[in-house]
Amino acid sequence: MNGPHDLGGRMGFGPIPLEVDEPIFHADWEARALGLTLTCGALGGWTLDESRHARESLPPAVYYGSSYYEIWERALERLLLRHALVTEDELASGQAAAGEPHPRRLPAARVPEVLASGGPTDRPISAAARFQPGDRVRARLMHPKTHTRMPGYLTGHFGVIEADRGGFVLPDTNAHGDGENPERLYTVIFAAAQVWGQGAEPGVTISADLWESYLDPA
Amino acid sequence: MPHDHADHDHDNHLDPMDARVRALETILVQKGLIDPAAVDAIIDTYANKVGPRNGAQVVARAWSDSAFAEWLARDATAAIASLGFTGRQGEHMQAVFNTPAQHNVIVCTLCSCYPWSVLGLPPVWYKSPAYRSRVVIEPRAVLAEFGLTLPDATRIRVWDSTAELRYLVVPMRPNGTDGLDEAALADLVTREAMVGTGLPRVPA
Repeated sequence: MNGPHDLGGRMGFGPIPLEVDEPIFHADWEARALGLTLTCGALGGWTLDESRHARESLPPAVYYGSSYYEIWERALERLLLRHALVTEDELASGQAAAGEPHPRRLPAARVPEVLASGGPTDRPISAAARFQPGDRVRARLMHPKTHTRMPGYLTGHFGVIEADRGGFVLPDTNAHGDGENPERLYTVIFAAAQVWGQGAEPGVTISADLWESYLDPA
Repeated sequence: MPHDHADHDHDNHLDPMDARVRALETILVQKGLIDPAAVDAIIDTYANKVGPRNGAQVVARAWSDSAFAEWLARDATAAIASLGFTGRQGEHMQAVFNTPAQHNVIVCTLCSCYPWSVLGLPPVWYKSPAYRSRVVIEPRAVLAEFGLTLPDATRIRVWDSTAELRYLVVPMRPNGTDGLDEAALADLVTREAMVGTGLPRVPA
């Protein structure tokens, strides 16, 4: 979906908000929101792709009016509701009945190991590569209403394959519980002058990492 | 140059969010879904253990050891892991090397993907709609706001982190650093230099 998150090339957002000696967190709640998002993610109810889709599905006025961790908090509440881990009444009251520990509750002792191992999304893939480095391709012209990692500013534009990165989980299906469907991922280079046309800054190229089904031969 | 903006949003909304997050944590603890000590441990990791000093060590090693630099270019995930830096949002690393001909800059236009294992959590500017929208369409203007003006002849490559590859910029080693050891070199490597919105410090 080309929702409020799909920001490449959009205008009107003003100067870059630089801050001298920026703290890692600007408030305690930001740190807690980070920790809650990661500990709830460890319950295994949803994928990283589904959580991204929950954030980008916030109404545009909410998305643009919210800080980064506020977006995380709001999306986490939606995910917990969707997966029946909390109820609207509990969120409204701020209280819940005591429950037995969830079988996948993340204990503090396992945090170092979980963070250090992460969640690799590369997958073996047996299908032959459809594209080779140097091939000219077109970023497929598409506007799915569901999750995608095709940025709106590149869809329909022509580029060149730079590298074949091997198989990776396809976010477009994985975000919706429709399976990992791994596909080959390519780094594709686009000339800014071709993407933006008249007035583009000189000497600029842009690359994106795009799945095979995002690309057509050109 | 970086500067304070007293007149606009600092990505910081205090009171209503404080209550909202506290309420959610209360519910999650009551229901047995989370261990609050695990939340503490996650915060401690990113507040105190994982941050841009990790990436600076990678860059300093690459500047000092050409075999390591070659490994970093070929298999960044393994080369970085050899220094002990692995994990969440660094599972699939790519190192991109600045040259006199090409400067690299990293963004995630679709969310805020960032190489946590080597740089820690992203700063507000990296997550801001202003940076995410503008750096792909006017990178030279954006870099100028960071105080970085590149020669017109230097090409700019903007890497949009649309998948799970995470990018680390390896800046060029500054002149006048021949006698410095790795620790002293690492002190020159800023977070902005490793995202491509800045250059390393020059030794005093």
